[in-house]
Amino acid sequence: MTPATESIGATGVRTYLLSLKGVSKAFGANQALSGVDFEVDAGEVVALVGDNGAGKSTLVKAIAGVQLCDEGTFYFNGVPMKISSPQDATRLGIATVYQDLALCDNLDVVANLYLGHELFANGIGRFGFFLDETGMERRSLELMDSLAVTTIKDVRVNVGSLSGGQRQAVAIARSLLGDPKVVLLDEPTAALGVSQTEQVLTLIGTLRKRGLGVVVISHNLENVFAVADRIIVLRLGRRAATFDVRGVSREDVVAAITGAEFGLHADTAKESV
Amino acid sequence: MSAQQETPASVRGMGDIFRGLGRKLAAGEAGPLLVLLMVGAIWTFFQTQNPRFLSPGNLTNLMLQQAAVATMSIGVVLILLLGEIDLSVGAASGFCAAVMTVLMVLHGVQPVLAVLAALATGALIGLFNGFMVTRFKIPSFVVTLAGSLTLVGLLLYILGDTGTLNLSNNFVTALTSTFFPPLVGWAVAVVAIALILATALAGRSTRSKAGLKVGSLGGMAFTVIAIAAAIIAMVFVFNEDRGLPLVVCIVFAFALVFAYVTERTRFGRHMFAVGGNAEAARRGGIKIEHVRLLVFMLGSTMAAAGGILAASRLMAVNQSSGGSDLLLMAIAGPVIAGTSLFGGRGSVWSALLGALVIGSIANGMDLLSLASSVKYIVTGGVLIAAVTIESITRMRRHSTLIE
Repeated sequence: MTPATESIGATGVRTYLLSLKGVSKAFGANQALSGVDFEVDAGEVVALVGDNGAGKSTLVKAIAGVQLCDEGTFYFNGVPMKISSPQDATRLGIATVYQDLALCDNLDVVANLYLGHELFANGIGRFGFFLDETGMERRSLELMDSLAVTTIKDVRVNVGSLSGGQRQAVAIARSLLGDPKVVLLDEPTAALGVSQTEQVLTLIGTLRKRGLGVVVISHNLENVFAVADRIIVLRLGRRAATFDVRGVSREDVVAAITGAEFGLHADTAKESV
Repeated sequence: MSAQQETPASVRGMGDIFRGLGRKLAAGEAGPLLVLLMVGAIWTFFQTQNPRFLSPGNLTNLMLQQAAVATMSIGVVLILLLGEIDLSVGAASGFCAAVMTVLMVLHGVQPVLAVLAALATGALIGLFNGFMVTRFKIPSFVVTLAGSLTLVGLLLYILGDTGTLNLSNNFVTALTSTFFPPLVGWAVAVVAIALILATALAGRSTRSKAGLKVGSLGGMAFTVIAIAAAIIAMVFVFNEDRGLPLVVCIVFAFALVFAYVTERTRFGRHMFAVGGNAEAARRGGIKIEHVRLLVFMLGSTMAAAGGILAASRLMAVNQSSGGSDLLLMAIAGPVIAGTSLFGGRGSVWSALLGALVIGSIANGMDLLSLASSVKYIVTGGVLIAAVTIESITRMRRHSTLIE
């Protein structure tokens, strides 16, 4: 992995896998983000939390290249980059799993994993646009296996008949096919039952072990504490606080989200990184 | 369950197959089987009413009658898979057949060129429909309904004062009046069965070579034997009458090509994706507008092909070509045979099965010389019943999903 993980250079500035500096975005008179910094490192799970309207989605859309921000600089491994389209983000190795998962219920797991990126058979099959079904199926099984997704035994079953947790697993697995470095997960545990949530959290742990930078947006603090290394709190379009998950209580995070203790000027004072 | 374990492997294999079929039937997944049961029931009923129904002559006529509808239905299936509809296939078939006939009869164009011109006209009609749907986001039923009216007008216009153009004996009429001698029929059957067996075995061997799960050998044997039996029975029946009709081969060739395209190619996969979740397909990088445009073109081209076959059988094109209940039959067939009206679910083979069901009912009622009033009512009733069954199984699928 990148040596940057724990390296603090001579200047004392860490180089992150992905970092954003001073991101601002306004929708008319509404300042959705103002001067937000954000960073995620390889092999790290960062939870992005905040109340509705705090700017979480806007920030993620900016990283995914879906919605451009007005100001701000993106650094990839310390190198300034420009993300002005979803293709840019994909090329840099940023994959996003949206809350609606974007799965085709009428197709099986294999077809969904390779949706839009189907493999062709070799030889004469390529000439006839023949799909390489066995190849795709084999690789799908390998992928599921490498992610330790044990709940999906049959990759030929229609996605429509899978449970919420399994569907989330398929969507996350699909995002990994492009071999990304950073994965953004939008509310991956929303509307899931207890055991299903457990499966998804385990999967997020697997992503971290693979050395990916993972960004999780969640409203569920219990899940955030279960899976995240760092918690970044957004409030009213600003970065209100950053916590290391080991040294913080739920009450502190809730307070930062609601602004109960900190007020507007407490940004840096309480940062524990 | 100890008793079950003692049964010999072969018997258990068969038992598993039937249990599996029962489960699939209940879950609404065994569409083709359900339709075959429906055909069996219809045939039994009409046979008891009129013993001429299942005679080789009548069954051959049934196939000849339905060839045009089945061809059009193949195109309709493609459009239904996207979750769209084309209400202009009837009128398009009539107009394209008229284009062909006018070119041949009035302008002395070579038959082959005239046929190609008719197919190209179909493609252009589809291009227009697809363009309106993708560019201006007009619901396809509105575009194609308007298109249908226009095409009827164009048909009347190019037929001119006479209103009817007769096709003399030539290339086009030969399409539906050519029958192969018995030996050729059997040869076709042998080749077809050999190909099916070879494909099934090759598929198995690739899968096992790649280290993937293969289905039970018994299940494969059951399917292959069932299809082989159907082919042998068909050729036998045809040979008892005038022989294997060329048009049946044409329709099966169309079905094979489009079954291949929809089930085995990337374009086919994209069709299912667009029909299942267009937004997901778009985010996956699929050019959904291109898929829609091309499918509308294919649909109308198949309508043109159906129109040509209809004109060939009628040996004429007239003012009612492509009219009457042709549109209803072409769309109802695949829906009866399990292709969803909501997109993403269905098969090209449902076009053939559906045409068989509707054709059997129409043909049987003709034999009983029932009034048209009764025929319309019965056909409509069957359609409603089929769509209701589809809807119920769909709801069941959803309820299992929520659990």
